[in-house]
Amino acid sequence: MKGGVSIFKKGGLIPWLYMGSALFFLTVYLIYPILDTAYISFLGKDSKEFTGLDNYWYIFTNTDMVGALKNNLLWLVLFTSITVSLGVIIAVLTDRVRYEAAAKAMIFLPMAISFVAASVIWRFMFEFRPAGVPQIGLMNAILSYLPGFKPIAWLVNTKVNNFALIGVGIWVWTGFCTVILSAGLKGIPVEILEAARIDGASEWQLFWRIILPMMRTTILVVATTMVIIVLKVFDIVYVMTNGNLGTEVIANRMYKEMFHFREFGRASAIAVILLLAIIPVMAVNIRRFQEQEAIR
Amino acid sequence: MRTGLGITLVTLLTLCGFVATPLPAAQADVVDVLGLWSGGELRDFQDVVSPWEQKTGHTMAFVSTRDLNAVLTTRLEAGDPPEVAILPNPGFMHELAEGGKLVAVDTILGMNRIKRDYTRAWLELGSYQGKLHAIFYKASSKGTIWYSPKNFKTKGYSLPKTWKEMMALSDAIVSQGGTPFVIGAESGAATGWPLTDWIEIILLNQAGPEIYDKWVDHEISWTAPAIRRAFETLGRIVHTRKYVYGGSAGVLATNFINGTYVLYTTPPGAYMNYLGGFAQGFIKKQYPNLRPGEDYAFFPFPIIEPRYAGGVTGGADVIVLTKDTPGARSFIQYLSTATAQEIWAKKGGFIASNKSVKLDAYPDAIAQQMALQLANAKIFRFDGSDLMPAKVNDSFWKATVEYVNNPAGLDKILQSVEEVATEAYEK
Repeated sequence: MKGGVSIFKKGGLIPWLYMGSALFFLTVYLIYPILDTAYISFLGKDSKEFTGLDNYWYIFTNTDMVGALKNNLLWLVLFTSITVSLGVIIAVLTDRVRYEAAAKAMIFLPMAISFVAASVIWRFMFEFRPAGVPQIGLMNAILSYLPGFKPIAWLVNTKVNNFALIGVGIWVWTGFCTVILSAGLKGIPVEILEAARIDGASEWQLFWRIILPMMRTTILVVATTMVIIVLKVFDIVYVMTNGNLGTEVIANRMYKEMFHFREFGRASAIAVILLLAIIPVMAVNIRRFQEQEAIR
Repeated sequence: MRTGLGITLVTLLTLCGFVATPLPAAQADVVDVLGLWSGGELRDFQDVVSPWEQKTGHTMAFVSTRDLNAVLTTRLEAGDPPEVAILPNPGFMHELAEGGKLVAVDTILGMNRIKRDYTRAWLELGSYQGKLHAIFYKASSKGTIWYSPKNFKTKGYSLPKTWKEMMALSDAIVSQGGTPFVIGAESGAATGWPLTDWIEIILLNQAGPEIYDKWVDHEISWTAPAIRRAFETLGRIVHTRKYVYGGSAGVLATNFINGTYVLYTTPPGAYMNYLGGFAQGFIKKQYPNLRPGEDYAFFPFPIIEPRYAGGVTGGADVIVLTKDTPGARSFIQYLSTATAQEIWAKKGGFIASNKSVKLDAYPDAIAQQMALQLANAKIFRFDGSDLMPAKVNDSFWKATVEYVNNPAGLDKILQSVEEVATEAYEK
């Protein structure tokens, strides 16, 4: 009782008033939908009868779903590792040139394009025409200068189509990684680098022994952000192949179950699984971010 | 400070949201229509609707989307349906009718006139539990193989009447260094549908209408020999070397609209293109100088099994009422009349479902020929995949794509469609 009064005296009600509206919107637009989705995921097609874990069973046994899960894994590994390492490399290299701003702007530019537009652009890049007909797609047009050229149907050939899609994702997101990592790089005190140079460290040693360790938290934050983004990947696949020929991913599958097959239960179950997969990454991300803030 | 800003922003956004929310139609005179049409098609449709707008004082607000199922599902679930939706397939219409989302139109339209104006096949397709729930509008024949009479004449080729003749012609074309077919199966999110059209017309002409109906209703399995044979018959074209433009990869990577252009390049990229009657629209738009009947034309799908000669498949857009308002009633009533359908028929790219539309309403010989093909078909069946549940349709699209890519996997591919179908038809 006494405690309550003292909180009031400290003006404890005021923060609640401020937070109240935010909390209200969070509850209505975030917490309630999450709980409702979780609830629907245990119900049947039209959310009338209780079906237990059927929807979850379907996700882990249906061939299309399992294929989608595998593809998400492929995206996870390739997309995350390549965007982050390219980001580091570009950040470090551009740090040493006079036209840094221009170079980074070029690489960041794709971020300004919506993913749907980027996907449409890349569909033209990957355009396939049979051999003997002029190639209008840039990728095949470049290849056509090689001896023994055979046009590649980038989005159709199952050996390359997943990589083609991942490539588009990388093209879009590398700029984001570069900008954040570059900011992290600038945070390394010049004195340390100078000291190391005076002690006779080569640039190579400088990179591995000082720059990378000091950028560790930034890299982790960027990497976890990329993981979250890649788990949700949808636009690129939806626009370019719609999951045909072994390119399906879970988010696209969720969309199909929901809007085309009207399978509300299954779609919700996929959403729940996606959420569960993202939560731990999110937790790591937030913790690292706090660490980074604390260092500053 | 930041929190304050946040709250202000949220409040502002909320306010905007409330303001932007459309008020429920207090007056019934704006009919909200959801459909796939855009560009030229939408302009044509607007011209059809204008006389109605002038006469009744109502107006149409057309919302165009490429992802109709998703948008309509969302709006229905949100309790904010449009008044009228124009669906691309009756399968979806039946799903909506089952879910109780549609308004029956039999009393609205008056069945006496409707029975006079429409053939029984259309009415049966548009009925759910004995009540008419839909009007079929923009019909198209899918029994058309497009070719260039000029190219055929130069090379001395004659039109094949049977499947065998068509294969012999193809061999002749290949031996002279040409490519017999172009098949464009790419269609964004719906990739594969042009191939399902192939399978459907092959099945109808090879196994007959009875098997076809059973297949549509899933009374026979997808692994049945007849279905398998239809796939393999298509395989005879897509998997024979030099038979298709770009080989099997070309089939999957060529867009269905771009595919129609290939016949008219010099030298021709290919000689034959099987695609529905709507292909005429694409050809006309890309090559406005080509003369119908001389530079481009079609011949009917060849006979495979003499017993089932003349089997034609076709499709049509389906107009349904999702909300019962006076404006919407008057709108669908108007569209079902011959007058309304003639306006579009005159512009081309449109075959009327209303049989009272006169033949001379069509602008050229090709359009007339297509209207006749539909009206006089010995065996007519609606596009099968359009009648199936969305899930099965999607799986069918996918199966044809997989088959083109991997002919050896046919058994497994059909098995997987069968699994989806078993589940979908269960209820």
